[in-house]
Amino acid sequence: MTTTIHARFRCAFPGFDLDVDLTLPSTGITALFGHSGCGKTTLLRCMAGLQNAPGTMTVLGEPWQTEEFFRPVHKRPLAYVFQETQLFPHLNVRKNLEFGYRRIPASERQIEFDDAVRWLGLESHLARMPAGLSGGERQRVAIARALLTSPRLLLMDEPLSALDRASKQDILPYLERLRDTLAIPIIYVSHSTPEVARLADHIVMMEDGRVVAQGPLQETLARTNNPFRLEDDAGVLLEGRIDHLDPRWHLALFQFDGGQLWLRQDDRLTPGDRVRVQVLARDISLALAEHSDQSIQNLVPAIIDQVDPDVAPGVSLVRLLAGPTPLLSRLTTRAVDQLALAPGKNVWMQIKSVALVD
Amino acid sequence: MIETYWDPVWLTLRLATTTTLLLLLIGTPIAWWLARSRRWLRQPVAAIVALPLVLPPTVLGFYLLLVMGPDGWVGQMTQSLGIGLLPFTFEGLVVASVIYSLPFTVQPLQNAFEAVGEGFMEAASTLRAAPWERFLFIAVPLARNGFLTASVLTFAHTIGEFGVILMIGGNIPGETKVLSVAIYDHVESLEYAQAHWLSAGMVVFSFVVLVTLYALNGKARAGALR
Repeated sequence: MTTTIHARFRCAFPGFDLDVDLTLPSTGITALFGHSGCGKTTLLRCMAGLQNAPGTMTVLGEPWQTEEFFRPVHKRPLAYVFQETQLFPHLNVRKNLEFGYRRIPASERQIEFDDAVRWLGLESHLARMPAGLSGGERQRVAIARALLTSPRLLLMDEPLSALDRASKQDILPYLERLRDTLAIPIIYVSHSTPEVARLADHIVMMEDGRVVAQGPLQETLARTNNPFRLEDDAGVLLEGRIDHLDPRWHLALFQFDGGQLWLRQDDRLTPGDRVRVQVLARDISLALAEHSDQSIQNLVPAIIDQVDPDVAPGVSLVRLLAGPTPLLSRLTTRAVDQLALAPGKNVWMQIKSVALVD
Repeated sequence: MIETYWDPVWLTLRLATTTTLLLLLIGTPIAWWLARSRRWLRQPVAAIVALPLVLPPTVLGFYLLLVMGPDGWVGQMTQSLGIGLLPFTFEGLVVASVIYSLPFTVQPLQNAFEAVGEGFMEAASTLRAAPWERFLFIAVPLARNGFLTASVLTFAHTIGEFGVILMIGGNIPGETKVLSVAIYDHVESLEYAQAHWLSAGMVVFSFVVLVTLYALNGKARAGALR
């Protein structure tokens, strides 16, 4: 009870009825994931108290909202990063950063001004006005400004969605570093699969104001009966490390709990790196024997765990276990029938494509 | 002679300054409320604030005279407080000017407050700013052009007022004889030279005020884009 975040809200909004009852972990990044209009931003606003919806909100044992009482936003130890940054246009970067920072008593500060400035690489921007910053720089200022309130909960509403690809790539490493170095739980609203795949530890999938699936990221994505219509995006994330590089073929060997895969070498990879890779269900085909006379480089033995129909007719989703690690394969139902694929059967996974998540 | 010639000018400036300062104090909360409130009461209040724009100044002056006179409720109140009666005093002019120029303060401020995005206010609240801090440190600085416009318009409008003043202030030198009334007086007594000096001065003054206002607003707009 005291080490979790608990949110329960029931309220009618235009377009959907919000009805959630969630218990979230107090560490790492929890992604609120869903299509636009599913209510994820509204839920985040309710959690913050920016939207006053009937319900309860308890953070690490501290009640923020109950049926009888509503703590106003400015008295909650939270920080919020908005999609549109909302940097104050009449204040320079330093003043923006100090706005929340100087409202926190010195004894309660856990993040110092210079640290946040350094983490987000803002040293040379302090005297600039927000209007002169690029999109990526603005969002970095917004993140630093939020952190400087030393929040107990950090809420982020699609912080990357208004940015171009290059700016996104610019910010993602900062977010990863925050996740890995700060002990602050982060709730991160997103509709982008790659972003969630790269950042999240825990996922809450929403549809029509309701939670349709939730759990640890890898485990949740590897379910065949996922009520969330992922279809082409169905797939799993593997977490592991780079074992060694093969400069001749520009390949890197990725080792995970249950097997190893060759990745196309990327200049950024060095042995020992911990990375996440995404393997889509449509990129895994199955064979009953190990065929080496073919072009696919990644062959991994696995045991079939479960076979379920996918959303589209004639397509099946097969859940496999390579060691303890679950993977998904998307096959035609005819192939499932011809190879007599059934739980418990030993197969070889032929993995056509493995993508480093970035 | 020089003394009395300048008297109406100083009196007018004193009246306009006092009115502007008072109206900034009174008008700001009204404008803030009108900009933020979603209650039904908003429309009637907005209409009352705008009334001086459409009413003939004589109507306003007539009712003020009645209300502040010996039989009016305000008059009875001021008498029982030992202030005496307001009509035909400088204080009476101030009260009338505040009411007469109210829309010139409230409307620019209301527009400016409405233009301050709700998002900035929400961001400030997530940065621990209490409501009064959000108002003082976010809304007011972001609405600074509205304050400038409101001050200039109120000041200029008070200087130009005539009908209300004649109704409740009369024509007492050094007390209620402001510029516009002095010009009227000069014309009545066929002192066209003096009337010319004061009138031409008013034309120049008004022109300078408006040009300055437009220039400042234009500059502020260009500044926002930069």
